[in-house]
Amino acid sequence: MIHNKETIPQRPAPKGTIGPVAWLRGNLFNGPINSLFTLLGLYVLYLLVVPTVQWAFIDADWVGDSREDCSRVGACWVFVNARFSQFMYGLYPSEEYWRANIVFAMFAAIIAWMVIPRLPFKRWMALFALLIFPIIAYVLLHGGYFDLPRVSTHRWGGLMLTLLLATVGMVGALPIGIVLALGRRSNMPIVKTFCVIFIEFWRGVPLITILFMASVMLPLFLPSELSVDRLVRALIGLTLFQSAYMAEVIRGGLQAIPKGQDEAAAALGMTYWKRMGLIVMPQALKMMIPGIVNTFISLFKDTTLVMIIGLFDLLGIVQAALSDSRWLGFSIEGYVFAAFVFWIFCFSMSRYSQYLERKLNTGHKR
Amino acid sequence: MFNKKHLALLASAGSLSLAGMATAQADTLEDTIERGAVQCGVSDGLPGFSAPDDDGNWQGLDVDVCRAVAAAVLGDSEAVNYISLNAVERFTALQSGEVDVLSRNTTWTTTRDTTLGLNFTGVNFYDGQGFMVSRDLGISSADELDGASICIQSGTTTELNLADYFRANDMEFNPIVFDTSEQTVGGYQAGRCDVLTSDTSQLAALRIQLDDPEASMILSDVISKEPLGPVVRQGDDLWFNIVKWSLFAMINAEEYGVTSENAEEMRDSDNPDVARLLGQDGNYGEGMNLEAEWAYNIISQVGNYAESFERNVGMDSPLEIERGVNALWNDGGFQYAPPIR
Repeated sequence: MIHNKETIPQRPAPKGTIGPVAWLRGNLFNGPINSLFTLLGLYVLYLLVVPTVQWAFIDADWVGDSREDCSRVGACWVFVNARFSQFMYGLYPSEEYWRANIVFAMFAAIIAWMVIPRLPFKRWMALFALLIFPIIAYVLLHGGYFDLPRVSTHRWGGLMLTLLLATVGMVGALPIGIVLALGRRSNMPIVKTFCVIFIEFWRGVPLITILFMASVMLPLFLPSELSVDRLVRALIGLTLFQSAYMAEVIRGGLQAIPKGQDEAAAALGMTYWKRMGLIVMPQALKMMIPGIVNTFISLFKDTTLVMIIGLFDLLGIVQAALSDSRWLGFSIEGYVFAAFVFWIFCFSMSRYSQYLERKLNTGHKR
Repeated sequence: MFNKKHLALLASAGSLSLAGMATAQADTLEDTIERGAVQCGVSDGLPGFSAPDDDGNWQGLDVDVCRAVAAAVLGDSEAVNYISLNAVERFTALQSGEVDVLSRNTTWTTTRDTTLGLNFTGVNFYDGQGFMVSRDLGISSADELDGASICIQSGTTTELNLADYFRANDMEFNPIVFDTSEQTVGGYQAGRCDVLTSDTSQLAALRIQLDDPEASMILSDVISKEPLGPVVRQGDDLWFNIVKWSLFAMINAEEYGVTSENAEEMRDSDNPDVARLLGQDGNYGEGMNLEAEWAYNIISQVGNYAESFERNVGMDSPLEIERGVNALWNDGGFQYAPPIR
């Protein structure tokens, strides 16, 4: 009998089961039907991608300053290039761009500070962002103080306005939404009724109607000395509308917390606000992240509706640029650019929410 | 614009009862001088009439009316706050005092002039519905369009005008309806119809979006009346006069051959009409509480009507709209301004 006392050395897996070829065979070409679909898919991809790349990059015109510099075979990025600062700042006077840039930079720094986990003093930063930053931003953007020339709000526009609308909407809607959600679950009949009516009213009316009422009807009811800036009107409308949706998202989260948690906290002698602030809300908010971010993303996209009340957000200023007779016929380039910018913002928000969910995960995830 | 006309009328009807109460501040001139800028309502983007250029300055035929008023009142054509308005909110903005002049390709109609508490101050562009056809068809007039398939935007008065015109002339047509103007051009481009109809000012803008603009032509026939002009609130006749005569000054300047370039030297002209226009012989701004130089300021800073027209929509612009009915009265058109005397 032969006893092999040596352990047989480990051998690599058979050639046919590893490497890209094996992966292809296992996933894309296992069987005639899958092979057929793979080839079909590749062909469709080829049909879509090649002309797009050809149009957007290979045949595209990048440099120049008028429509004559565009061959019109491919995309005319000259148009976006010539209008870029307008797409960013709207009709804000170009010699005052530095003011908007400072606000942009501070905004980006605050976001980065809040997002990067290692940085300290988050609480102070949040207080600064909520209380002091809006004042600085207003003074810088609007002017009229410290010898800064006034730039009235009808000249604000572009990405700046989109971000402003979205940020104010989000920051305003979350606390109002929490209060409304708690109110709706309250046992006090007047508070409860008020919250239900408020939520159902604002949810029952399309945003476009609210903006329209705020911009067209409201000025007729107000005395002419009391004219509220149209941007402020839009901001208030947007925030109230959004807070009604936010309230329902938060109520959904609150209902997912077992009643025992609240009762146990009450048994320890906690007051209502302590129970909510220390026990219920921290658990609930974590579960609401997908819903809240969903609402934020939809708000970010909804801001384009202010176009109908004559405010030039990013999409509005692109459309206004399209109606310049010197740049007629470049609508695809303009819309592609706007879509790309919106995608960047929405996609980053979505990625951040996924990261936040993983970070706060305490085993609820299934 | 025109596709929103019905909606606009609806909103106007809603605000009818409110129109009266909104004529609050009666001294627009004083407010404007105090503010240092004219509050002017313009379109949120209409090629050749109002659109921001690459540097963010508003340009266009309608914009030039705002600039003319600012030049007359404040001596500075740049002293304008442009407020972009869409078709629905334009009248409310004027009634509520958000803007003091509405210069937004607004068609002068009985309803608007008599029931909204507004006054039209004149016509700065005689528009009307026209046709664009391919040159290959060899058509030269609208009455050769019997049996044609026509691309048209849905829900506009354009659609009604077209049906009326063909019925009145006992002709047949095959309407191909699209939702937006871009789709309409797309349909025309793809050969789904022989003819595209819209207002002539729009047709020019649509034409340059075609792959080969030269292959299509705009027929000279016009089948509807769309006189576009600036609008002010009722109840402030002084302001009404200022806006009205700002436009008249531009038209008169063209008639007398005064341009932005020669305005300075024309001040020494012997022609009594020119001398009165430029404030060298009597003060004709007095009745409007303006300086004698009011018209000179308009012409030297904005230009006369011909300059404004050619620069924004005419041959010096990509739109290349011909003067046609917008020529002066002594040149075969409708543009006629009362004399300055």
